[in-house]
Amino acid sequence: MTQPETLKKTPLHATHKAMGARVIPFAGWDMPVEYSGIVNEHMAVRERAGLFDVSHMGEIEIAGKNAFDAVQHITSNDAGKLSIGQIQYSALTTPDGGFVDDVLTYKMTDEHYLLVVNAGNITKDYAWIVEHIKGAGDAVAVNNSSRYALMALQGPKAEATLQKLTGVDLSAIKYYWFATGEVASVRATISRTGYTGEDGFEVFVPPADADRVWRAILDAGKEFDVIPAGLGARDTLRLEAAMRLYGNDMDEHTTVMEADLGWIVGWKKTDFIGSDVIKRQKAEGVTRKLVGFEMIDRAIGRHGYDAYVNGEKAGVVTSGTQTPYLKKAIGFVMLPIDATANGTEFEIDCRGRRAKAVVVPTPFYKRGRAGL
Amino acid sequence: MYPADLKYTNEHEWVRIEDGVATVGITDYAQKQLGDVVFVELPSVGATLKQSEVFGTIESVKAVSELYAPLSGEVTEVNSDLTNHPEAVNSKPHETWMVKIRLSDETEAGSLMDAEAYGKITG
Repeated sequence: MTQPETLKKTPLHATHKAMGARVIPFAGWDMPVEYSGIVNEHMAVRERAGLFDVSHMGEIEIAGKNAFDAVQHITSNDAGKLSIGQIQYSALTTPDGGFVDDVLTYKMTDEHYLLVVNAGNITKDYAWIVEHIKGAGDAVAVNNSSRYALMALQGPKAEATLQKLTGVDLSAIKYYWFATGEVASVRATISRTGYTGEDGFEVFVPPADADRVWRAILDAGKEFDVIPAGLGARDTLRLEAAMRLYGNDMDEHTTVMEADLGWIVGWKKTDFIGSDVIKRQKAEGVTRKLVGFEMIDRAIGRHGYDAYVNGEKAGVVTSGTQTPYLKKAIGFVMLPIDATANGTEFEIDCRGRRAKAVVVPTPFYKRGRAGL
Repeated sequence: MYPADLKYTNEHEWVRIEDGVATVGITDYAQKQLGDVVFVELPSVGATLKQSEVFGTIESVKAVSELYAPLSGEVTEVNSDLTNHPEAVNSKPHETWMVKIRLSDETEAGSLMDAEAYGKITG
């Protein structure tokens, strides 16, 4: 495969090459898609742990006396619910209630927030944020994406592995909280977050130390058979956990309500960009909605395949795969609201062949051990 | 690294020709490119195939690929084990056959590569 010189590389690019990863272009980046195979890596995360390089993700920081007001204005969730050290899933919204991006909001201090954004959206998001926080008063946005390497250690053995490398008491970090400290003697921010439906951590370190931390984590995880993993497994894992993928499952033309993400809307907070549309859709309902499906016939409904309800073309598959852990063909589909009840059967055009599928509740996979 | 008793195509299929019947599978290179195979869709016995035309599809977790007929002829057998064990394509690519074709024109075999030539194009 050709690699145009314009492809960006993470601080771990050479590490991936040296360790034998299969590296391909993704969202403008030259990224490891798999190390030992998607199924193997997927199962490792469900049963032990896997280590992902997600340094391509962007970090945009907003600081100043009015940083809170700025964040409240541009994102759908209520940042007023966050304590320092806490994180929430949210949306950067358009005036039409759509997604500029989906983000994680980290509250660093009362006057400092960090947004983790999608790799392909960094430039767009940063320009959008700069433009839309102008009215908020004393708040500036800085694109610090190149100042962080980010790795995700995901799976039931993540805590035991990472604890060997840090003095921070990881058991005290609750789900969607973070702490700062050292990992392998490198200054790090450690957050209990991830994109796999599994327990785990995301670790932010300076780019120059990324290789050292990556190798230290794999060494520490050897006794648990922790392995490096790529974006292929990351995609099948997130889909099993029914986590949405920007650009596939939603975009600027999908509203927060159509994406069935009403839970990331702060209904009681002051108005934010697009809140009038989102509130109206909550009151009046939406005409179409993203739902989970499972194939009935032997086929895989994939991204972009048309969905048919009662023989009529009515929607589109936004994500779909054969999941390694559940061993089923599952996915997300955008369907007319009348066809979104659980148990509704419909058809997917799988390259010219109509295959039966059924709307099912999500997540498809939920980890056994709850209560983090 | 590729078995010398097989012939190969540009589309990464292998072919074994015995008594006018070609046994067809995909190469180790192909299965590595595809990754974990989850579905193999094959033609029915009796179907007529034309060289270079699509005769089936193979799906991995991440992608769908077409299967191209390496030679023309009639399908005499399909490997039904692949319905329940598609992963055999990954674990034993050169032993896991997909279809057997009774050849209609054996001279077409002249267009196939030997192991050495195929090894060169997959570098």
